[in-house]
Order: sequence, then structure tokens, then C-alpha cells
Amino acid sequence: MFIKEYLSDIFNATKSLFTGMKRTGYYFVHPKEIITEQYPDNRDTLKMAERFRGEVIMPHDENNEHACTGCTACELACPNATIKIITKFELTPEGKKKKALDTFVYHLELCTMCGLCVEACPTGAIQMGQNFEHSVFDRSMLTKKLNNPGSKIREGVE
Amino acid sequence: MYTETQILKDTTQTAANGSEGELVINVGPQHPATHGVLHLVITLNGETIKKVEPHLGYIHRSIEKMCESLTYRQFIYVTSRMDYLSAHINNHACAMTVEKAMQIEVPQRAQYIRVLMDELTRVASHELWWGAMAMDLGAFTPFFYAFRERETINEIMEETCGARLTMNYMVPGGVMADLHPDFVRKVKAFIQLFKDHIDEYDELVTGNVIFQNRMKGIGYLSKEDAISFGCSGPVARASGVNCDIRKLSPYEVYSQVEFDEVLQTEGDSFARYLVRIAEMKQSIRIIEQLIDGIPEGDFQAKTKAVLKLPKGEFYSRVETARGELGVYIVSEGGTTPYRIKFRSPGFSNLSALDHMVRGSKIGDLMATMGTLDLVIPDIDR
Repeated sequence: MFIKEYLSDIFNATKSLFTGMKRTGYYFVHPKEIITEQYPDNRDTLKMAERFRGEVIMPHDENNEHACTGCTACELACPNATIKIITKFELTPEGKKKKALDTFVYHLELCTMCGLCVEACPTGAIQMGQNFEHSVFDRSMLTKKLNNPGSKIREGVE
Repeated sequence: MYTETQILKDTTQTAANGSEGELVINVGPQHPATHGVLHLVITLNGETIKKVEPHLGYIHRSIEKMCESLTYRQFIYVTSRMDYLSAHINNHACAMTVEKAMQIEVPQRAQYIRVLMDELTRVASHELWWGAMAMDLGAFTPFFYAFRERETINEIMEETCGARLTMNYMVPGGVMADLHPDFVRKVKAFIQLFKDHIDEYDELVTGNVIFQNRMKGIGYLSKEDAISFGCSGPVARASGVNCDIRKLSPYEVYSQVEFDEVLQTEGDSFARYLVRIAEMKQSIRIIEQLIDGIPEGDFQAKTKAVLKLPKGEFYSRVETARGELGVYIVSEGGTTPYRIKFRSPGFSNLSALDHMVRGSKIGDLMATMGTLDLVIPDIDR
């Protein structure tokens, strides 16, 4: 009785093992159904999703103009103090003083890519970029100035 | 309170063995089988476990304290880092508590999106658990099979929410952005993929005799013990406890969908395994019911830029992939909470581990821990 049970146990175990191995074998001879991607070999063709949150960027148009008014809404919305906005006062043609953006400091090393700053921006001046390869050789390179040198605010953005 | 099983186990411990031949070993904090920085101090007699003592605090980031200095919009993103496998559901719980306190009416479309995302997250979480648990037991292949399906969900998440794991998609009043135009098509493709492949799981692992022998009758947790330890989620449901928050106090549109609360009464590791496998199928069933009828409309209710909660205490709970997550906010009427407390499912489930594995072999400890589906950052917070 014991021998019979023992042998049937071995038989069942081997049988169930082969049922599993059959599945493994199927993929062994059907390599096209395997979905592994070969990063970084596929860098040229790799396209991140449109909304992918890689880093905060500030798009500039061809006249080197951005849409940031320096209202610091993003600075207040950020949970990690990633953004620091330095403002300056510019003279308008009418001779009035007007607040404008001087430097948009972005600390990438503190950023968690939560996207709250983009959500808070009233003028759509900042966006989330698709770049995800952030490694640099020195930590200070992670502190970025987002507005281009010499850039100014776009006409009509309040 | 002593239960029958406990007394039995205690006598085997003291009378027969004594302190002679006792061996204390450390599993973790860096150990491949604990899936994180969990430190278990195990007292052994030969290969038999006498006591398991979890030591916590290696990944404590004081999230509850951090939340006290963040506004009600900001604190949601931190909770993604608690139970990172069901980040969506954590965010959902926090957003829901704020909405409850401020009496914000969430648009119907946002409710549908939230539930869809929750269920996708639950499937993704259980997929990962299935792969990781099989790996704990020495089977490496299932890990890749599970990640194939999980990858599809991650891509859907990436497209709509902008991130794969820590989504931060929920905001008080709705969701951050509207669904991606491809969402419905991709989810339907995923459902088809899942249905094609779920049988492979049974073929590979569930029916395997070696696997069943390592699972059946191991890590037994009775119904009474599951309740007294405060277990929730699949761990409690495998012991026959009705504890699905989606059924007990339905939130969002869970009251409108049909699904079964998966219950098993065996209470062993294999029952917990079966509950999770069946739960994946139930999640797919919920998604199937909702995916075609997403109503048009706003995805976010109009809220003020600065949220101020009224003075008082607020609590809401949701069913995450691991069990019941409760969010408790004490507000003094300002823009930041006075105190936040999270009732995380992993902590209570871990506390039952010692009771479950006493008297069994050390190999069974790994199998039992695998079925508990522990996420260590969720336990420590």
C-alpha cells in the first residue's frame, strides 16, 4: 500500500512538472511572443508616453519667449521645495514697474515627479518632459535654470 | 486570550525542548526572501520554529509626520510611497478623506476612472505577488510570466497618469487629468491578454504537486485569530472573515457593480493563494462592467486653490490589494493637518506571522511569508 502511494506520488509530481514544462517549452519555440525590450540598444526607437513625467521643462518658442509670469504658484504647490523662483522688476513702456521672472531654479535632485507644479501653473508655462536619463557626474549639475538666458515673457500672457 | 492551538504549540515548546539546543538566527534586514528591509529574529529548535520576532523601523520615513507639514493637495503624493504596489488606492483613500471632510461631490466620470484604476492596480499588485511568491518557493519562471501582464498595466498607467508606479493621479475632487484616448482600447486588449494567460498560471503553479505540498496546511490561521490579530484583505478572507470594504461600506461606484467577495475557509497558505488568484478574476469582472459605460463629463470637481478642512476628525477606509487601509485626519481648521494616522494592512497581517508559523519548519516560514504579501514600506511608513 505504502509503495503504491509512494510511486503514485512520484508519478503525479513528475506529471505536474511536465505540465508546467510544456508551457515553458511553448515559449522556448515561440520567441516572437516574448516581449522583452533591449534597453539601451533601442534608444533610437524608444518613445516614452506623452504624459510621462520625467523632469520639469519650460518650453520656449522661436523668439526665445516663455509664458512664466513669476507668480510662484508652482513654488507653493511643490511639496519638496524643488522650485525656487527669483523675480525682478521690469519697467513697462508706460513707465510702471512690473514683476517678471528672473531665474527659474529647478532642483532635479529633490524632485519626485509628482506633477503638482504643472497642475498649479495658471499659464501653462512649465511641462513635464520625457527625458528620464538623469545621471550626471556631479550633483551640482542637477540644479538647473529652466529659463533660457535672455528670454522674456511672451506678449499677452498675464 | 489563549486559543486552543496556541496552548498546544506552547506545550510542545516548553515541555519537550526547553532552552537547550535553541538557535537564534537573523533573517534580514537584507535578505532576498523578505522583499525589503524586514528583520526577523527567529528562534529555532533544530529546524522547528519556536518564535518569530519581526524587528521594524529599517525603512521608517516618518510619512505621518511629514504629512503634517504638507497641505491637503501635497500630502497625497507621499502616500504613494507607503504601499508602492497599490499606490493608486492609497492616493484614493487620502483624496476620499479630504472630500468627505470638505463635502466635495466627485463627478460620476471621476468615480468611474478611480474605480477602474483601483482595480487595475489591484490586478498589477496580485500579479507581482504571484511571481514573487513563486520565486520565494524556488520557481523562477512564473516571475517573468507575471511581469508580462503587469507590464501591460504599467504601460496603461504610464500613458494616462504619467508614471508607472507612484502615479499621484488622484487629487481632491477627482483625478488629475482625463483618460488617455487610447485607454479604453488598451484596457480591453489587456483583459483579453489576461484571460488568455490566467490558465497558464494554474498550469504552471497551482496544479503542481510540489507546490501544493508546500502550501496546503501550512501557516494555518483560524477565523478567530484572524479577527483578533486585526488581519484584513486576502489574508483574513482566506480564513473565512467577511472583510471586503468594497462590500461592507461601498465607496465610489462599487455599489453599482457586481462582484463576489472571494472567501475560503481553510485558512492555510494555499487558501490565501487561491483567494488572490480568484480576486484577480473578480477585478477583471469589475473592469469589464465599467469600461464600456464611462460617462461623459468633468473629471475633476471645481475646488478652491487652497483647501482648508473644517475643524474635526475624519476617517475613511478603502480596500487595497493587501487589505483595509484607513486614513485618519485630525484638522484644526488650517491648511495642513494637525495629525494624520494611517492604518496599514501590512502591519496587522505581519503581526499574525508569529502565530502562524510557530511549530512549523523554517522552509514553511518563507512560504507563509510569501502568501502574506508583505510590502515593508507599508508596514514601517
